[in-house]
Amino acid sequence: MRWGVVQFPGSCDERDALHACGLTGEARLIWHEDRDLGQVDAIVVPGGFSYGDYLRAGAIARFSPAMEAVTEFAAAGGPVLGICNGFQVLCEAGLLPGALLRNEELRFICRQVDLIVEGSVGEFGPLSGTKVADSSEGSETLSIPVKHGEGRYWAPDDVLDEIEAKGQVAYRYAPGQNPNGSVRDIAGVRNEAGNVLGLMPHPEHAVDALTGSMDGLRIFEAVAGARA
Amino acid sequence: MARVRVLIRPKEGILDPQGKAVEQALPALGFEGIEHVRVGRMVELEAEDPAQLGELCEKLLANPLIEDYEIEQVDA
Repeated sequence: MRWGVVQFPGSCDERDALHACGLTGEARLIWHEDRDLGQVDAIVVPGGFSYGDYLRAGAIARFSPAMEAVTEFAAAGGPVLGICNGFQVLCEAGLLPGALLRNEELRFICRQVDLIVEGSVGEFGPLSGTKVADSSEGSETLSIPVKHGEGRYWAPDDVLDEIEAKGQVAYRYAPGQNPNGSVRDIAGVRNEAGNVLGLMPHPEHAVDALTGSMDGLRIFEAVAGARA
Repeated sequence: MARVRVLIRPKEGILDPQGKAVEQALPALGFEGIEHVRVGRMVELEAEDPAQLGELCEKLLANPLIEDYEIEQVDA
């Protein structure tokens, strides 16, 4: 399993992403100016503040040579995981539906949240061995941290109805835990084909028991398992 | 070169927490009777060919899913 992690000027979570990917295979950084992704089986677009988040979060990063290559990689069916700023980049690039807006309460938030796995996460699950939350009628949940200022997922109602009907909602915040005002508690979505997934929470920060939860690792394992 | 201003604002119906925060700060400063504050941004630029600005707005300056924009020619 060979992972590529895209690094933009202003990325800040690429090291944790490299570490998380490295737990399930080989991982290397791809500089934003590289048009050639090399031999990779999956791509992570990590969190941070690409290009200073100027204009809108993710708006400028989507035009980078590496993102052109990632768009082609995704079109050919390659798995692409966008985390936080990476999710914003994928939405701006049109690889995922919707947009991420300023948090409802305007504050930057950093906390652990429970995510309900919708069972429609495509190549990125469903996950085996996840714990079952009492509150969500047997759904799988993941405990993963969020840290962002612009994470309020939004799309028009007709788009939301469509992506829900097509099973493109991958994760929702558990009841009462929506940290940012995201519409319909959506924390992560995938494309119709299921090979592109974006989420605001940070699975790469939840891969070691030392930090309280290893649930994030399951997402990386699911991709690696599917590609093994 | 044409001098141009592009005004970008959140679409009607989308919660604008920045505008709300500004609005809520006004009474403390003694301003009364100000409502529906919406915060957007303005981009000034000079263009050889203003005909391409619509595409520029659609692709980069605004996100048409969440924002409306207006292109204004500025008289020299």
